[in-house]
Amino acid sequence: MMDKAQVQEYIARRVAHELRDGDVVNLGIGLPTKVANYVPEGKTIVFQSENGFVGLGPSPSEDNIDPFITNAGGMPVTILPGGVFFDSALSFGIIRGGHVDLTVLGALQVDEEGNIANYMIPGKMVPGMGGAMDLISGAKKVIVAMEHTAKGNPKILKKCSLPLTAAHQVDMIITEMCVLEVTEEGLLLKERNPDFTIEDIQAVTDAPLLVKGEVKLMGTPL
Amino acid sequence: MNKLRTIEEAVALIKDGDTLMVGGFLAVGTPTKLIDAIVDKGIKDLTLICNDSGFMDRGVGKMVVAKQFKKIIASHIGTNKETGRQMVAGETEVVLVPQGTLIEQIRAAGYGLGGVLTATGLGTEVEKGKDKVVVDGKEFLLEKPLKADVAIIFGNHVDKYGNIEYYGATRNFNHMMAAAADITIVEALNIVEVGELDPNSVHTPGVFVNYIVPGGED
Repeated sequence: MMDKAQVQEYIARRVAHELRDGDVVNLGIGLPTKVANYVPEGKTIVFQSENGFVGLGPSPSEDNIDPFITNAGGMPVTILPGGVFFDSALSFGIIRGGHVDLTVLGALQVDEEGNIANYMIPGKMVPGMGGAMDLISGAKKVIVAMEHTAKGNPKILKKCSLPLTAAHQVDMIITEMCVLEVTEEGLLLKERNPDFTIEDIQAVTDAPLLVKGEVKLMGTPL
Repeated sequence: MNKLRTIEEAVALIKDGDTLMVGGFLAVGTPTKLIDAIVDKGIKDLTLICNDSGFMDRGVGKMVVAKQFKKIIASHIGTNKETGRQMVAGETEVVLVPQGTLIEQIRAAGYGLGGVLTATGLGTEVEKGKDKVVVDGKEFLLEKPLKADVAIIFGNHVDKYGNIEYYGATRNFNHMMAAAADITIVEALNIVEVGELDPNSVHTPGVFVNYIVPGGED
């Protein structure tokens, strides 16, 4: 069994396979941020930081921290050659205008219609949507990258019960158990972790899984 | 014309009950000295318009802790647990707005527009109570302009006319808020003479700025 850090790495590595050379990509906070560590060799990916720049680079060493160069989580980062700073209106022009090729976000719930809930649990946790609603509505492709369940409870549902962040916008779901594509007919099982059978995955997934043709194997678990 | 003011003179322009815009993104590129002075003075019943509610010990979050807001309009409050506590306790009204919509509402106010149309928020709680407009068969939400009595913003290099050149990721909400308030006060990390900034490098023209206060080290 993979521990939590390994699960996250496994998911991030699989998401990285979806990156195409030249893509403009926005990664959400947490697990999705780790995708940047696994950009395939030879591909140039331009990462966008919605607080105001493109060309987001890795974290600086302690000696090279610049208090004015931070990511959307407020953490120190760097800007790569060719990167550009701008204001929030332009930043969301890039996002809303369809100039982001891919966004990767976590979710509290996601459902078979491509609905996603990830910004509040009424009465409990209300952090707010930040830029997530714009990103999910505006990006050309939306991948939800998350652990398959919340302590064994399904997060992939027939219908989200929490307030939605966006309706009908999710294209793909990648977890440590499988890769799902959101289709008109429902959730198509594209790939599975070789450690789990289709029945194992269905048992912890509220929405019915569609199986058409070959279900490929994801990489070897860590 | 002299736009230079002391922090005290500038803060005297903010009254109880005002709507206040505060530039910055998670306390990066935010007018920290003005915020500290507002906390010290105890101005109250303010309505805040800001990207987020900062941290309890940093940025606009200090004003949240000091209970200076009756209403907070922001895209994210998750980094300051006091904001959530006040919201749940019914002490402060919190309106959550998608970040891209919030900046466009501010831009609309500053740029003389009657609102903006966006697809962001369709099918979510954000659409409640808002008009929908169909353009060429595509549905949008009508989001109205957001205006303030006073905007306090941050600038890295500011000349004495108020032209601002930012550095790094500090431009964020500062650039648009400058235009969207009756009174705009910029806290300048570095104040220079008129003519010292390259006109090609200025981001926010000084026409939007009413007053300049010194930031940076004492």
